[in-house]
Amino acid sequence: MILVIAEQREGKLNRATWEAIAAAQQLAGGMPISVVVPGASTGNIAQELASASVAEVLIAENAVLEPYTPDGYAAACRTIIEPANPTFVLFAHTYQTRDFAPLLAARMRKPLITDVTGINGTGADATFTRPMFQGKLAAQVKPQGGPPALVTVQIGAFRADAVQKGGSAPTKKVDVQIDAAAIRQKPEAPFREAKQAVDLGQAERIVAVGRGIKSQENIPLVEKLAKAMGAEVAASRPICDNGWLPMERQIGSSGQTVAPKLYVALGISGAIQHLVGMKGSRTIVAINKDAEAPIFEVADYGIVGDLFEIAPAIIAELEKP
Amino acid sequence: MKIAVCIKQVPTREWQPRLNDQKTWVREADVSYEMNEPDAYALEESLRLREKHGGEVVVCSAGPARVQTVIREALARGADRAIHVEHDSLGAADAFVIADALAVAMKDEQFDLVLTGLQSDDQGHGQTGVILAERLGIPSSTIIMEVQIEASSLRVKRELEGGWFQWIAMPLPALLTIQSGINQLRYATLKGIMAAKKKEIRKAPLPDGVQSSQQIVSLAVPTRSKQTQMIGGTPADVARELVKRLREEARAL
Repeated sequence: MILVIAEQREGKLNRATWEAIAAAQQLAGGMPISVVVPGASTGNIAQELASASVAEVLIAENAVLEPYTPDGYAAACRTIIEPANPTFVLFAHTYQTRDFAPLLAARMRKPLITDVTGINGTGADATFTRPMFQGKLAAQVKPQGGPPALVTVQIGAFRADAVQKGGSAPTKKVDVQIDAAAIRQKPEAPFREAKQAVDLGQAERIVAVGRGIKSQENIPLVEKLAKAMGAEVAASRPICDNGWLPMERQIGSSGQTVAPKLYVALGISGAIQHLVGMKGSRTIVAINKDAEAPIFEVADYGIVGDLFEIAPAIIAELEKP
Repeated sequence: MKIAVCIKQVPTREWQPRLNDQKTWVREADVSYEMNEPDAYALEESLRLREKHGGEVVVCSAGPARVQTVIREALARGADRAIHVEHDSLGAADAFVIADALAVAMKDEQFDLVLTGLQSDDQGHGQTGVILAERLGIPSSTIIMEVQIEASSLRVKRELEGGWFQWIAMPLPALLTIQSGINQLRYATLKGIMAAKKKEIRKAPLPDGVQSSQQIVSLAVPTRSKQTQMIGGTPADVARELVKRLREEARAL
């Protein structure tokens, strides 16, 4: 069997859970799928997920699971996984699973394959595709050491709308015993650093800049190109880390997710953390000196060249009457 | 305060991948290496914590002999001494192997705080730090953007998705995986480089019975999800053609 661990916060389902279910259905090859909903008070999430074509939805509630802690979630998942003895346990690759899934794997001494973008074959013999070397290479990997293997699937790699619906799977409560005293992390309430001045999600066009811009003195070139295109300026993480552009202009898993009409990636190599934030854009232009940069894998139009020559030429072209 | 910082040596960003004949790993002879970037931020954070609270910073790395280069670099930037778990097989090892190997070598040191980068720029499992914490029997928190220490208590700012953060308190000793951008990196001074030559690097063997948890069946350049139209020529030609296609074909301008 396959277990899918759903993710929710305060009774609200993380949509990436549907993607994990889609991956499980592709992987199953006839194996039954059970979805587990851990949390303190999970509301109607189990009923919502029961519309998927799965064997059952298990509600694993315990007051200790709110707020989220890695110790609490690792303990809860372990008590559910070990007696069920599944072949695979699937999760969405979120900031939450990045925190507790390795802990769970370490405690169970079972493999954890992270950030999976593709599944080859079905059942116990399946192999998993995952990026390595910053997305420059894709690896096929196979878990070792016997089941269960834990697998996290990359956001956007499997389609939520591809989930086969089957009417209504049975839901049932399962007992989760957790020793509250064994939880060592004490979290405070989540917060936002500053009110976001720009909602890049609303922008029609975005010119985003990466390491290729080389120094802060060159940022005005990006601003000028954005102005000529009627676009907002955005950046990959290293640019914001360096303070060359404010954090709220960051695109990617730790920043904003956008899908504008036009996305111009200027000197961005296309690390997976950046791609997940922009690959849904309608038209993507990549300008990079490295012809092998992963950004070209998602680009509609690619230009291999020096951005310090290409960007001024585009500005000049757009300013022609 | 006794701080460990775990560092991995990874291929440089400019490196163009070449595969071995079996297509199961890269051709190591072609690779130029550097310090894994998130680990460089973890190192910087450990140096800042030592400057504030006193104590020592110990660099821990598992890898073949070549990783001495990044160990020396970390010592030149200011770390006090190092532990090197040395074995040729560690260059391509997975997170379980690296964490188990480091745990055995680090256990007796009784570190107050262990820092790692949040993931490596080579295999990128994003697991080594958390597994290491479990093997050392200490709590962990991941993707950390700020570290506050008072007496024996630790309070850290964890990054969440989409611009959200959360403060988390936990007892020491603990392990944190550090996010890039937590601080501004310093570089080695000439004085630091000279001093690093005299600093101790303790060699530790790869312990017996360490087992890998996953096998790389094959490696390949990823298949493109889109048909990319490449536009070439002089900058002026490229600009004219791109603008034309964006206006007429994609209707994006």
